[in-house]
Amino acid sequence: LVAEIEKKVIEAFEVFDREANKTVDIREIGCIVRSLGCFPTEAELQELLAQIEVEEPGGFVHLEQFLPVMTKVLLERRFRPIPEDVILHAFEALDENKCGYITKEDLVKHLTEG
Amino acid sequence: AFKAAVLIQQWYRRHVARLEMRRRCTWRIFQSIEYACEQDQIQLHNFFSYLMDQFTPRSNKERDFISRMFISGESYKEAELEKYCDYESIEVPDSYTGPRLSFPLLPEHATALLEAFQQKQQLHARYILNLLHETRKHLKQLPNISHVSTCYSEEVTVCGDLHGQLDDLFFIFYKNGLPSPSKSYVFNGDFVDRGKQSLEVLVILFTFLLIYPKEVHLNRGNHEDHMVNLRYGFTKEVMQKYKVHGKKILKMFQNVFCWLPLGTLIDQKVLIIHGGISDTTDLDMLEKIQRDKFISVLRMKKRKESSRKPEIQAINGESKSGTDAAGTEAAPRFSLQLQSAQAPSTANRLEFSRWLRQTVQEQIDTCRRLVDISESEPEELTYSSMVSLKDVDEPCWTRQEEWKQILDILWSDPMPQEGCRENKVRGGGCYFGPDVTEKFLEKYSLQFLIRSHECKQEGYEFCHNRKVLTIFSASNYYEIGSNRGAYVKLGPDLIPHFVQYQANKAAHMLTMTQRQDIPESAFRALREKLFAHTSALISAFKAYDEGNTGRITLSNWATAVESVLRLGLPWRMLRPQLVRSTEDGMLEYKSWLDDLAMEQRSQEHIQSSLLEVIYRNRSNLETIFRIIDRDHSGLISFEEFQQTWKLFSSHMNVEVTDDGINDLVRSIDFNKDGNIDFNEFLEAFRLVKQCP
Repeated sequence: LVAEIEKKVIEAFEVFDREANKTVDIREIGCIVRSLGCFPTEAELQELLAQIEVEEPGGFVHLEQFLPVMTKVLLERRFRPIPEDVILHAFEALDENKCGYITKEDLVKHLTEG
Repeated sequence: AFKAAVLIQQWYRRHVARLEMRRRCTWRIFQSIEYACEQDQIQLHNFFSYLMDQFTPRSNKERDFISRMFISGESYKEAELEKYCDYESIEVPDSYTGPRLSFPLLPEHATALLEAFQQKQQLHARYILNLLHETRKHLKQLPNISHVSTCYSEEVTVCGDLHGQLDDLFFIFYKNGLPSPSKSYVFNGDFVDRGKQSLEVLVILFTFLLIYPKEVHLNRGNHEDHMVNLRYGFTKEVMQKYKVHGKKILKMFQNVFCWLPLGTLIDQKVLIIHGGISDTTDLDMLEKIQRDKFISVLRMKKRKESSRKPEIQAINGESKSGTDAAGTEAAPRFSLQLQSAQAPSTANRLEFSRWLRQTVQEQIDTCRRLVDISESEPEELTYSSMVSLKDVDEPCWTRQEEWKQILDILWSDPMPQEGCRENKVRGGGCYFGPDVTEKFLEKYSLQFLIRSHECKQEGYEFCHNRKVLTIFSASNYYEIGSNRGAYVKLGPDLIPHFVQYQANKAAHMLTMTQRQDIPESAFRALREKLFAHTSALISAFKAYDEGNTGRITLSNWATAVESVLRLGLPWRMLRPQLVRSTEDGMLEYKSWLDDLAMEQRSQEHIQSSLLEVIYRNRSNLETIFRIIDRDHSGLISFEEFQQTWKLFSSHMNVEVTDDGINDLVRSIDFNKDGNIDFNEFLEAFRLVKQCP
């Protein structure tokens, strides 16, 4: 099972590996983690990144550092997907006027003033 | 409320990430399939080597048929060319409402052409031929490497691959302005193939070239080559648009492409070439080569007379390659020419090979045909004998070395690793590293290189520490929304400024759901590839299925598929799109493969192994058909069709009976007096998506 998970992580990593040299830009890590099926919050993502050594300068993450951390995340089933009813609830909580949608500005406001 | 917002953000970011992953996977798929197709060239080369070395023709007919495949397109002397591709005798009817050109060309002609093409009008064949003759005359005066200076026009605009995408060219002119005395342009090759308006692109570029010869510069790309055009669509486009005069037009294009300059140098500081460089690239040699001798870079010129013997060995050793002077694997060479007249009895293979070699020797006096020159110059002197002649300063490099120089310039790609190695993916040129670039720039006191040849998502990309710039001007190259196109402007400071675009209004307005359709076509292409390798896949799956249960784990599925297709794709990420139903993480592979097969139209009555061969080799088959179809009519006789099949299937080790072939032929309507329209035939074998 571990081998299979590792293969998945490597595959996802390599899609973002522009120069085929086993490194990706640190800004893409979030994308990679999420496309592997995880739903971390921004805070959780930052914590995760802190665990991974980053190559300076340039802010590149090497596959060797990323693999063990990510594998653990998947094995422990961290950052599970949010159930649909919960997310719906969240939308309804913010949609004061009950119009069925919220605007980007609203979201930003709540995130920054929360 | 904050919590709620965070939740939504979480969800949203995951959604965006998924889309991004999808997009990159799609890109990967298109790219790897494109490069795999270029690998087909190598396969084709193997096929021809097989024919020469191993195949024993069983009849005179077969032998004649094979030798016809090797005879190159006829080459013409200057006078012959003017006579054959004459345009003056072509009458333009009064009913023709398109633009009429007169020479010398004026800016009004260019505007008229632009308008006409926007209205989807077609330029009369007479004018095309006339234009080509004039273009050729002009190009002949140009050196191999054009020199441009930014002190005449303040800015130079450099464009990359256009690949017949007229809309992109229109957009560039609209946004950047038409070429003029104050607006210089360099177009860096690959004007044709793949896109459907290669002709129009060329007509416009050549027109501007003639009107503003000081300001407009064209470089040759690897697609300005008739062997490549046979495979990638330009030949087809010309024949479809010009049924009567198409052949003449194609012949003229051949003789114009070979005169295109190889590169452009700006202010002696920036070199612009289509592909790249290699560690042996020599600008001095490049400037002195007779570039028109290389009508197609995909064919090696044969040396003659005293160098006969190594030549023969080279022919034989070709399938193993690595025998040429430069020590690199050469691009496919199959330009051996034969005279079908007196062949011996073809009783055994040795006889046949010997006959081949003999015939080659006998052809020395008609070596002009062998070498495919368009002029009747005394090319007969080999370089070794030239040295003894006069100017001892005269460079004595070989034709082979010259050919490699051009091949490298037109076909190479940069790579992140240091060094220089053969470009096995494309079958020509090499991969060059940052150290090669550095050395080259230093040697010739250059600041950086501009090249094209590779599609880039943003239309341009720097590499090698910003010393190599790739510029690609065909937007939406793989599919709508796949990539932007770009052009770059350089002023006297030689600092690049980029303009990006996506010349398809629809692309801007794609809704979310419509954007999902883009990956769909990539997956369709993938499914087709999978289908084409059904037998190999089954064997691979069986290897993982020890209990013969008919099922394998998804993990093994991924490994097996990669081992067969070798596309380097992230199969585990792609699995959800390719495999619909699984049970407990196991896949029933037989039924999965059957589902893939179901997607094609009713071809069930055709032997399945035969079908596979067709799908797998469709582009090679198409190229072979086009080579056989020398008058470019799109038709080959039933017999030729049959013979092609027999030869090809014996090479591919597939059993094919006469009945099998007849079934094949019957599957398409052909009522053209025993002739087969191979376009129709090939179209019939495209996978069609099943309607939901």
